Amino acid sequence: MERKLILSSSPHLHGEQSTEQIMRAVIYALLPACAVSIYFFGLPALRVLVLCTLGCVLAEIACQRLMRRPAAWRDGSAALTGILLALNLPPASPWWLALLGSAVAIVVGKQVYGGLGHNPFNPALVARVVLLISFPVQMTTWSAPTPLGSGLDLVTTATPLGEMKNAVMLTGRLPEALQGSSWDYFLGNMGGCLGEVSALALLLGAAYLFWKRILTWHIPLSYLGSVVVIAGIFWLVDPSRYPSPLFHLLTGGLMLGVFFMATDMVTSPVTPRGMLIFGVGCGLLTVLIRLFGGYPEGVSFAILLMNAATPLIDRYTRPRAFGEAPSSKAAG
Amino acid sequence: MMRKLKTFRGGLHPPEHKERTARLPIEDCPLPEELVIPLSQHIGAPAEVCVAKGDKVSRGQLIGRARGFVSVPVHASTSGEVLAVEPRPHPSGKWLPAVVLRPDGADAWGEAPTPVDHRELAPEQLRELIRSAGVVGLGGAAFPTHVKLSPPPEKPIHTLLINGVECEPYLTADHRLMLEESARILTGIDILRRVLGARRVCIGIEANKPDAIAHLDEVCRGTEVEVAALAVKYPQGAEKQLIAALVGREVPSGGLPMDLGVVVHNVGTAAAVADAVAQGMPLIERVTTLTGPALVQPKNLRVRIGTPLRHLVEVCGGLKVDLAKIICGGPMMGAAQLSLEVPVVRGTSGVLLLGEDDKAARAEGACIRCGRCVRACPSSILPTTIAAYARLDRFEDAERFRAMDCIECGCCSYSCPAAIPLVQAVRHAKAAILARRRKL
Repeated sequence: MERKLILSSSPHLHGEQSTEQIMRAVIYALLPACAVSIYFFGLPALRVLVLCTLGCVLAEIACQRLMRRPAAWRDGSAALTGILLALNLPPASPWWLALLGSAVAIVVGKQVYGGLGHNPFNPALVARVVLLISFPVQMTTWSAPTPLGSGLDLVTTATPLGEMKNAVMLTGRLPEALQGSSWDYFLGNMGGCLGEVSALALLLGAAYLFWKRILTWHIPLSYLGSVVVIAGIFWLVDPSRYPSPLFHLLTGGLMLGVFFMATDMVTSPVTPRGMLIFGVGCGLLTVLIRLFGGYPEGVSFAILLMNAATPLIDRYTRPRAFGEAPSSKAAG
Repeated sequence: MMRKLKTFRGGLHPPEHKERTARLPIEDCPLPEELVIPLSQHIGAPAEVCVAKGDKVSRGQLIGRARGFVSVPVHASTSGEVLAVEPRPHPSGKWLPAVVLRPDGADAWGEAPTPVDHRELAPEQLRELIRSAGVVGLGGAAFPTHVKLSPPPEKPIHTLLINGVECEPYLTADHRLMLEESARILTGIDILRRVLGARRVCIGIEANKPDAIAHLDEVCRGTEVEVAALAVKYPQGAEKQLIAALVGREVPSGGLPMDLGVVVHNVGTAAAVADAVAQGMPLIERVTTLTGPALVQPKNLRVRIGTPLRHLVEVCGGLKVDLAKIICGGPMMGAAQLSLEVPVVRGTSGVLLLGEDDKAARAEGACIRCGRCVRACPSSILPTTIAAYARLDRFEDAERFRAMDCIECGCCSYSCPAAIPLVQAVRHAKAAILARRRKL
């Protein structure tokens, strides 16, 4: 009997969620946003979701086979990347765009760095930006929402952010009236990527993650807070040229970025103070890119830029150890 | 006690599992057929054996002399015959010299213990009584108590903290001791306070033992001893974390509580001090919790030092499933054992027996940088970074990231979703750093 005794060092308990459970929970948290996207954009949205998820999982399996690494696709991280990528694509994305994006996300965004946990950039965002730069037409062909049962065909439209950008570039002023109301934006009744349209659905998912203690408040709050403050300053200075903070909050990929992309554990800082710096940096860059950059939409670029800064942030936000004198912090 | 409960930074809430034994009164464990009394039951130099095979010894008789200042003597736990002095399995995992004793059943003292009134003795005399009784910290670390009672004159002690936190899951020995033997604890506190000259005395108890808090509150009424309820959070009972909660200051990195004018003793230690001085009895028994899902009938037991675990398991009705793990101490910091032949020593605060289903083994995955270890770490260091350096043998970097400040509570490993053995890697780093320091 005593041959079977396990001799390991403490602790002898293991608690909380496993990596698989965390990935699964984030996938569950994205389901409301998936449902809303299917409601507003119909079968094309479903097709993009399925193609990206399958594409990412298959790319992961292929990479792990080729590199003779243990097959770890069951951890759910590849499927999660697929769903996130889909939510970052226009509903009318052609099938090859979705599959190409999946391959870029997993191969270039993740596996070349060594797989789960080693990638410096959020794989779904890497794919989105690569596609945006390579296929600008396909990536900015937006469908107007046609809620299920409305009987309308898909028609192309502009996103509120794109509309804002065009008007400001052409006339130096905001458009007289943006196409929808804040309430429509909140529910998701506007043009845009699959997952960026409904703030409500994303907030529901985020609430679930907070409840599951997977999200901490640091990145979302500092990100949202800094967007509101910085956008608010511009808006107060010149409301005819700069949109209100509420418009910033509800349009573009902000909610998706704040709760599901910026909070990607692998590519964001590990310390609470680092997370705050990261969030503020994301917020600042998002607003500046939206207002002054070449693209209407700043969330992806902002998060990727801050991903690049993460090792630096981690390095300079080592917490003061228990009992350590305030001045003796010299590690870096 | 209506205020917000005091606590420290970091930590976590493992499932408590205390319900099995929290309401069970302490029982006297019958003597086994053979006692194995190790000569090393404390941090410091092992005692020097002073009996030989064939000797008859009486209960409380000296069988090992202290060697040096950081060392305490060892006494026979009962009367009987010395069967052997030889290496035997020790809870540390090694085979260490032990006196093997066959009880004669009479359990007779050589000379009856002589109680003294501690109020008539000077601090040095009290310290000597405590040392010669072999008292060590009973919270698990087994550090000789008299050493902690000998602060250098330039570090006066103003605060004596009594640790009744018992934050390890499963363990309830201190809880029962506080409920059933508060008089002994208070006597011990009085002695400790006199030796140290401390003004403030405070007993810290986790809020999950409301009966113990209420009881001690009552018996301490009219005395100057405070009773403080602390937040339920592991590792609230770690010395530095307890001080942070109760005194509001951090023990400096690399320093000792006495640098802040504070000394911490466990409630069990206080009771043992009372026995040593007021009863004149050496430390030959302790209260320990026998528990775990593999055990038929968990108990809180008063056990003679040297009792093999096998005997305790029998007293607790045996095992109901195959054993997968034997742990001396609690599940968070206790040490896994190789066999049930290991004896209870002074530091054995509990024995946890786990079956196949409870061993909580999980395959290790990749770090996803979730930061849970960072948030849980009561030392506010970065376990994941230090572990990564340790695995690359980059111990200087590990030291720069303050590996030496790790208290080895295991919160990081517990919280890691990828099941990375973080605290184990940090321990490895600490050992390598110490080895390098010794070489320099």
